[in-house]
Amino acid sequence: MSRISKEDRRLQIEHEAAGNHLFANRLRVYPKTVHGPFRRVKWAILIICLTIYYLLPWLRWNRGPGHPTQAVLLDVWHERFYFFDLELWPQDIWLLAGLLILGAVALFLVTSLFGRLWCGYTCPQTVWTDLFMWVERWVEGDRNERMQRDAQPLNADTIWKKVLKHTIWLGIAFWTGGAWIMYYVDAPTVTVEFWTLSASTQVYFFTALFTATTYVLAGWAREQVCTYMCPWPRFQSAMLDDQSFTVTYQAWRGEPRTRGKARDGAGDCIDCGACVTACPTGIDIRDGIQLECINCGLCVDACNHVMERTKRDKWLITWDTESRQNAKKAGRNEPIRIFRPRTIIYLSVLVVAMIGMTTALLTRSTLGLSVQRDRAPVFVPLADGSLRNGYTVKIANKTQVHANFELTVDGLPGATLVVAEGDPKPQPVLHLPSTADQVDTFRVLVTGRPASLTNGSQPIDFVLRDTTSGHQTIYHSTFMGPQGYGK
Amino acid sequence: MPTKIEKDAISGQDTTGHEWDGLKELNTPLPKWWVYVFFACIAWAAGLCVLYPSIPYGPGYFHGLLGYSSRKTVDAEVGKLVDQRKNSMDKIATMSFDAIKADPALMEVALTSGRITFAENCQPCHGAGGGGSPGYPALAAGAWIWGGTLADIQQTITHGIRNADPNARNSAMPRFGADGTLKPAEIEAVADYVWATFYGHADDKNLSAGAKIFADNCAACHGDQGQGNREMGAPKLASKVHLYGNTRETIVNQVTLPRQGVMPNWGTRLDTGTIKAVTLYVHSLGGGE
Repeated sequence: MSRISKEDRRLQIEHEAAGNHLFANRLRVYPKTVHGPFRRVKWAILIICLTIYYLLPWLRWNRGPGHPTQAVLLDVWHERFYFFDLELWPQDIWLLAGLLILGAVALFLVTSLFGRLWCGYTCPQTVWTDLFMWVERWVEGDRNERMQRDAQPLNADTIWKKVLKHTIWLGIAFWTGGAWIMYYVDAPTVTVEFWTLSASTQVYFFTALFTATTYVLAGWAREQVCTYMCPWPRFQSAMLDDQSFTVTYQAWRGEPRTRGKARDGAGDCIDCGACVTACPTGIDIRDGIQLECINCGLCVDACNHVMERTKRDKWLITWDTESRQNAKKAGRNEPIRIFRPRTIIYLSVLVVAMIGMTTALLTRSTLGLSVQRDRAPVFVPLADGSLRNGYTVKIANKTQVHANFELTVDGLPGATLVVAEGDPKPQPVLHLPSTADQVDTFRVLVTGRPASLTNGSQPIDFVLRDTTSGHQTIYHSTFMGPQGYGK
Repeated sequence: MPTKIEKDAISGQDTTGHEWDGLKELNTPLPKWWVYVFFACIAWAAGLCVLYPSIPYGPGYFHGLLGYSSRKTVDAEVGKLVDQRKNSMDKIATMSFDAIKADPALMEVALTSGRITFAENCQPCHGAGGGGSPGYPALAAGAWIWGGTLADIQQTITHGIRNADPNARNSAMPRFGADGTLKPAEIEAVADYVWATFYGHADDKNLSAGAKIFADNCAACHGDQGQGNREMGAPKLASKVHLYGNTRETIVNQVTLPRQGVMPNWGTRLDTGTIKAVTLYVHSLGGGE
């Protein structure tokens, strides 16, 4: 009979219990109710975020007759994005890119300073999961009650409570999916259309899609999203260093953990498990910083409560840096270092991006001119010895009023302009009407007199002037001709 | 099957029991739901294989229970477009040019259709955008031989030039040199005259002989001021743009043994709507009158 070690035997039992050990059963997490300052901050952020999300589409904004009355509207069908008084065109999409860069750098900065604050407090996955857990607790009771219920065979009460819970979940999920749609189409209109079954297929499809994702992700998937689907936990470690504040178990103070009566040499941790039962991702913070930890601080609240009751110092689990913890372990106190190369770099990039974005937004022109020269023929010699070039002129009028423009050409004295298939009489100044909130395209033929032509191509400027406001814009182009033409 | 599962000393994690040259793989088990989603994807793929074209064999492939074909979809889409375009093209065929120009949407269709038809049929000779090349008129320049109004252009495109069509534009410049009507010295003299007077390259030569030859032989068609005659298809000589090039040599060549360019009668190949669309496009290139 072969003897196997105790450790081998333990492993063997574990593997047998887990069935096929290459695949992990999901450990159900039953987070316990927590009270405390971090919990209150989380509720406050949840209420603010969800209020904004659900109600913002209903906020009205006056833009004059014939224009959308919704304050925030991403009108993809008409290619216009409205944010209060700001109206963005597809051409302005780089502002969105700038906003994303701004958001990313801000996230880097916050993470390098305070760890995964985003994950713990403001990530939609966290916010909706928190809301769904609140519903779950309200219907099914707290941790122990829920665990008991799930362990016992089905009965009428359990069925009724589960049905009620899922109904409320689906209700919230539907409201979430519906609110999403309202950012893309007028909220009151789509609400009426939705219930009178006259909305478009896309509206029903996307409402159903976001109802389903909200229900599945916040109700069922929860911490699995953070652990297995989200890339952020994977690369956040690149932003953290030993000076970053994270939720930390002060092992030097807590260990060795001791249950029951305080003994000599025992740490402050009484191994009550309050931090573990409070954790929404089901981990033990005492194992140190780990991928699953979203830095929400609920374990801090839970532990403080226990410490208070057992007349010990609070903050056994606290927000601190690795470096300061090492110092404390050695009996020293280390100052907080906010300004470190990485935070300074993140901060400067953030400031530069903010200044750039603000400047871009403030100096954004409501008048756009773009000129494209014909590629073929490059130039057309005319019977009287003049040369002609063709250009496609696009005028973007980003205002809400019809405007009259004057188009002239600088750098080619005596040049005349004509709109193809328009008034055939060549003019030194073209009068072009432009529709409000539109891009108008004109094919403009520019004729250069022999006297003003030099060899080959020469640079010219198209000057577009709004006759009412006097606002003007310039587009650099070229006028092409053969070598040795003209003089 | 894994043989010896151990606990890794550093990470405290289990190994899979696989070992390669002393390297042991840590076991990070996949969540079961992930595996089920993976199975569901496989089932979905199997379903797709049954419903849609999937498995190739010898001469063909399994067409799927739904009978889907991307070619059929494209055909349907193209059919829809053709129907849509037919509506506009019928309008273009029947409406007058003025009426078409007054309808911006229809005009856009006409210019787009015209541009494509031009690229497919006219561009090889007349160049992209009607830039022209020696022997092939630059349509964008407005140096029309047979007229540049919409009606003129439509007539030229429909019936062509110097071909079998009874309504084709027709003219023949006499072969003054080849037929012996003018002697080489006389041709040189008239070329000197045309080169100096109409092409604008004046020099000290005595042009009186050439002027007389021009008045006797050429002015009847090309006009005494070299202004040309569109009725006869006689090109304007007093211009900076010439069909066969801007050199004195081309004048001598053209008087000695003229080239007689031809153009097909597109009326036999393109329908009226398409021809009118090309007409509008050619007119819009900058030379239209």
